[in-house]
Amino acid sequence: MGQPNNYGFEEEAAYLKESARRFFGDKLPVNELHALVAGDPNPESEANVPWPTELWGQMVELGWPSLLVPESCGGVGMPWVAVAALLEENGRAACPSPLLCSLQSAAVLKACGDAGTDALSELAVGRAATLACLDESASLYGHSVHLVDGKLEGSAHFVQDAEKAEKLLVLARVVTCEDEPPSSESDKVALCWVDADAQGLSFKRNAIVDLTRDQARISFSGVSAQVVLQDAAAAWQSALPALWVLASADMVGAAEWQLQTTVEYAQQRKQFERPLGFFQAVKHDLVNVMIAIDESKSLLYSAACALDWEPEKALQLAHMAKASATETAALASGRSVQCHGGIGFTWECYLHLYFKRQEHSQRLWGDAAWHRSQLAEILI
Amino acid sequence: MTEQERKDSPEQIEFRAYCRRWIQDNHPGQPSIRLPLSPLEIMTREQLDYLQSWQKSAYDAGLVGCDYPTEVGGGGRSDCQRVANEELIGAKTPFYPNVIGLGMAAPTVFHHGSEELKQRLLPRLFSGEDIWCQGFSEPGAGSDLASVQTFAERSGDTWRINGHKVWTSLAHFAEWMILLLRTDKSHKYDGLSYFVVPIASRIGQGVTVRPLIKMTGETGFNEVIFEDLEVSDAYRLDELGKGWQVAMTTLLHERGAGGLTTPRAGGLKSDAALTVTARSAIELAKNTRRGAAQASDDPLLRDRLMKQVIREQAFTENQRRARVPALNDHPMRLALQTKLLATELAQDTSAIALDIAGPSASLYLADDAAPARGQWPLAYMNSFGMTIAAGTSEIQRNILGERVLGLAKSK
Repeated sequence: MGQPNNYGFEEEAAYLKESARRFFGDKLPVNELHALVAGDPNPESEANVPWPTELWGQMVELGWPSLLVPESCGGVGMPWVAVAALLEENGRAACPSPLLCSLQSAAVLKACGDAGTDALSELAVGRAATLACLDESASLYGHSVHLVDGKLEGSAHFVQDAEKAEKLLVLARVVTCEDEPPSSESDKVALCWVDADAQGLSFKRNAIVDLTRDQARISFSGVSAQVVLQDAAAAWQSALPALWVLASADMVGAAEWQLQTTVEYAQQRKQFERPLGFFQAVKHDLVNVMIAIDESKSLLYSAACALDWEPEKALQLAHMAKASATETAALASGRSVQCHGGIGFTWECYLHLYFKRQEHSQRLWGDAAWHRSQLAEILI
Repeated sequence: MTEQERKDSPEQIEFRAYCRRWIQDNHPGQPSIRLPLSPLEIMTREQLDYLQSWQKSAYDAGLVGCDYPTEVGGGGRSDCQRVANEELIGAKTPFYPNVIGLGMAAPTVFHHGSEELKQRLLPRLFSGEDIWCQGFSEPGAGSDLASVQTFAERSGDTWRINGHKVWTSLAHFAEWMILLLRTDKSHKYDGLSYFVVPIASRIGQGVTVRPLIKMTGETGFNEVIFEDLEVSDAYRLDELGKGWQVAMTTLLHERGAGGLTTPRAGGLKSDAALTVTARSAIELAKNTRRGAAQASDDPLLRDRLMKQVIREQAFTENQRRARVPALNDHPMRLALQTKLLATELAQDTSAIALDIAGPSASLYLADDAAPARGQWPLAYMNSFGMTIAAGTSEIQRNILGERVLGLAKSK
């Protein structure tokens, strides 16, 4: 099965992308986003993590969190390219919401086959979910939560938008007896579906650089869990390309905002009686950012399309997409601040929101060098 | 059936079948002589003769100039050149030698020349009997093309031309040149005019062609010096002072964006040809020993190779995404990156290959022990021709910054 020439990006996907761009443009202009999340600059204070909750309600009404949920589970069942397009707009708006983490949870649940349908139905009615699957080294295979006699023990790290989620999808090592010593990666892992306010569960919020997200360490102490899939290693492995594609979409969209904003500044700001963009040192820098974005965007849609049409190529294309998006994010962040000069370095300039969101995304779900090393294992 | 074939018009269906039959019956097979990598690298008269006779037979069969009117020697068809070329490429026939003629001179003469000129020049251009070359760049006018100083002075119906053109591919074989020059020294752009001038028939009578040796040691391009060359006013294209506009027609077709563009036709290359791709570099790494291991085990080389693989894939995907309007915010944004990306990609890939080869990269074409017969150092050096010619990478970035991003013009 080959990919369709247009990536399967049909009219409904184009409509979704267009309406998402309008939605964020109308409802979350960057000055309002800044006023909402950047109220307290003091890096020493343990600030709240405010986010536009009423906007999330509207996204749920539009059906966005259920786009990946099959129609049989009450969802919309859109192709991956459409969801990538939506998340590109989400990233362009740097929107704080549980949209990305809910869609990533849906991606993992879809990989569970029939076992995932009950949980997917809950996503379809707009319950926000997030993944609790990383250990303290952010390894995808660390499994620092254990499932012992139907109860969860241990802790999950780097849980994204944990405070916005109502449900947790927990990846846990299955342990038959609690004193069993920790063992190798080949151990059985299970996926569990847990209420975020379940008894025995505690959150430790991380004080993070990014102002548009929250992140936590979640500790489990005898937490009752609904087991979605008892033997979930294969499902988890097969869901990874989708997680990387969705994360990349957000970065590509954010980078496009960084480019366009910096281009506008380079058109207006004058030095030596000329707009900054006249000078080739600036012009060529911005063109390089554009080229990087376009490469990442093309790879993103190819990888998203592969998830539907060419699953055997999805893994390598997703490695390429995340490696590329990560490099692009770093370039766009660095150049946008540098080309703005002094003002770009201040709190009042909106750039830092995106700079920080990109920094956060770059290292999450594997950095560029890691994805390239994995790709090399496939191709060399 | 390919996707192109599914979209063929009735005329194209019939023509495609005709081309296919003709190529089948007339394909010359593997030549006995070593062919160059591209028409611009034709070095010997023997190579030229071989390729000229191939173009002539294809023209006589109606496969060249298909979309031009019959009055100027064309085929009078509609959007059929593409079809012929697809079939030629598919059948891996030899390429045509008269690429500058077909790709740039023909559309320019057709759009801007007098009827008499078109009828006289175009048939022999299409047949390949007259090879054409392009006189644009000068020692003092490279990226700033409009500053050309070659000057034509009028005396009645005759122009006397003096000046110096450089980087002129195929000039040593050319019968004709398309020539951008100055007829008025007081206006930069409006002082330019455009001529076609004879070359071969005027050697020693106002025209000198001298080969320029490339840094690789190969020949292929030249400098052309005009000393009181006299040509008739009938050889002028379009009005006096409109040279810049005519040159834009030429450049539009050179960059593959004009209506009468003749894209690559034929694909037969010598067996010695190297394809500069990340895949070839990976193969090189797997076959290069580093102490007890292979170069392909070196984590830094692996990382660099994967960067190239990713850029190559992105380049391919860019061409695909460019045809999906809903995924393009600006219609020219991807199209204008093509030349820049393709040439820089090839340059960086060959640079990595040299690092993979290590000290063996020092071995050149004449050394039997050279990896890939010495083609990697050749490819790396030649890649600078590509990032400099037809608008340097710097000019390409200016065009992108100005036309796509809307930044202030750097001139």
